[in-house]
Amino acid sequence: MWTWLRRLKERTIYCWLLACGLVSIVVTVGIIWVLATESVQFFKHVSLWQYLSGTRWAPLLEPRSFGILPLVCGTLMVGVGALLIAVPIGLATAIFLSEYAPGWFRQIAKPVLEVLAGVPTIVYGFFALTFVTPKLLKPLLPQTEVFNAASAAIVVGIMIVPTISSLCDDAFRALPRSLREGGYALAATRLEVSTRIVLPGALSGVVAAVLLALARAIGETMAVTLAAGMTPKITANPLESIQTMTAYIVQVSLGDTPAGTIEYQTIFAVGMTLFVVTLVINLIAQRVMRRFREAYE
Amino acid sequence: MGSGRARRRLVWVLAAAVLCAAVAEGQSRNRRLRGRVKVDGSSTAAPIVMATAELFRAEAPRVQVTVGISGTGGGFKKFLTERANLRTDITNASRPIKPAELKRAKRLGVEFIEIPVAYDGIAVVVNPANDWCTHLTIDELRRIWQPGSQVKSWKDVRPGFPDVPLHLYGPGTDSGTFDYFVETVVGRARACRGDYTPSEDDNVLVQGVAGDRGALGYFGYSYYAENKDKLRLVGIKVGDRPPVKPDPQSIRDGRYHPLSRPLLMYVNKRAYQRPEVRAFMHFLLKNARRIVEDPRVSYVALDERLYRAARERLEAGITGSPLADPANRGKPLEQVYGQP
Repeated sequence: MWTWLRRLKERTIYCWLLACGLVSIVVTVGIIWVLATESVQFFKHVSLWQYLSGTRWAPLLEPRSFGILPLVCGTLMVGVGALLIAVPIGLATAIFLSEYAPGWFRQIAKPVLEVLAGVPTIVYGFFALTFVTPKLLKPLLPQTEVFNAASAAIVVGIMIVPTISSLCDDAFRALPRSLREGGYALAATRLEVSTRIVLPGALSGVVAAVLLALARAIGETMAVTLAAGMTPKITANPLESIQTMTAYIVQVSLGDTPAGTIEYQTIFAVGMTLFVVTLVINLIAQRVMRRFREAYE
Repeated sequence: MGSGRARRRLVWVLAAAVLCAAVAEGQSRNRRLRGRVKVDGSSTAAPIVMATAELFRAEAPRVQVTVGISGTGGGFKKFLTERANLRTDITNASRPIKPAELKRAKRLGVEFIEIPVAYDGIAVVVNPANDWCTHLTIDELRRIWQPGSQVKSWKDVRPGFPDVPLHLYGPGTDSGTFDYFVETVVGRARACRGDYTPSEDDNVLVQGVAGDRGALGYFGYSYYAENKDKLRLVGIKVGDRPPVKPDPQSIRDGRYHPLSRPLLMYVNKRAYQRPEVRAFMHFLLKNARRIVEDPRVSYVALDERLYRAARERLEAGITGSPLADPANRGKPLEQVYGQP
């Protein structure tokens, strides 16, 4: 009788754990399902070609236009701008922490970097709006607008420095010590060992880190909504107000667009685009990571 | 000793109870009211209702008045939801109800009473360092704001203006102010160029215009009044008449035309039967002038007779929207609402 009860208990726990494990799969499938069904509704009215190649995004104004390129341009400007800031700083931090820094410094620096990563993104947005634009950018470049891509790119860059530096640090530490010692034995300086041996050796890990950080920068919502503006346009000037895909979704979701209209469906079309882009970047990054793991095991 | 102290304490408690009862007897009837009044709608008109709600709390502390700012369009949606128990009782509007919204109200069987509560002017503003533009015509505004407009510099606005890049600021598409400005200036609903800096938060627009030499923006007059030191008003010139700048006088007597409009409240007729809603509206209309002209609200109050006519409209339960008829829109409000 006791064995029967025990078997029942084991079975229940198994089912319960299985259900919990399935939740994440079910949720992912659910998200994709919702995005796909509503996007299909959208693409019945707007052709895919028009959507992907149009250069004017104006779903809420007359005359309407559904070309996504302005939003993509805005997102890329913020993403690439953030990388321009984060990659040099993050890489240099990682090299310093793994090759140069004494042990006690590492102990302090690593937790501090984690704090930077833990700051809520809306605080970064607020920081961009009230400090970066008026006190940093406007004095240097007076033609900067109140909302601009540059301040958003700067704070998003600061936000993703911990991601890059900790992933690169892991990549560097995964290299066998013998590689470095071989370099020192041949009278290479520390700089030469870092840049000519460590960095090329861990290059695939670094590339993966950069791609993951890019995916995060592209998906960043609150900081760009506050700082980058709500003006969808194709421009190369980072001092102008632009709109990213994420900020557009916020704008329409918080407004009073009725459900079922085509303006409402644009949320899902843009969301789908965002999802596909970040998915592709993440897949590429995973591929690259796997390759780097194989090389030294 | 013990019983003596206990007896003294009892006396104090009884005295306090008697005092409380006496005070409660002397309260006005409003103090015993309880319930909820749900208000939503235009962010332009909201300060009036919010100020009223604050003052009303002193009169009727148990009535909970919630004021949302979903925008005029959003407010109507909440006024006319499918489920009756989710509807708001009162909606604020900075434009009259649209035909589509009227149709929906009829379909759902929602009867409402439309009353005016204040005037508002839309102020067109520029940066204080802008010393070349003192007035603009509606035609010039249309050329600047229409969809596809190529006006990128002040020199394209009027010959003689310097070649300073023109940066535009205005409310977003959810705002009643946006609807009203675009329909009045450009002529068609939502027909506006896309490359301006939109924001639902008028304070952001003030900051934008105040910080940018070539800026041109528009928002409700009260936001200009609060920020006079950071902005410069642009007069509006219609036809051959001299340009008019908005101020309480010119808005009230109609000289500031066509960018002045009445702020309206739509009260659900069934909700009005509830004592707390009725008390709230009476309080608002009785104190309207004081509330509207308070420097923190700073709109233009209507004539006292209009407030009384509005109250009579509510009491008589006259439903429907006179201003939905475009023929009524140019007329002075006394004519539209004057007859109870």
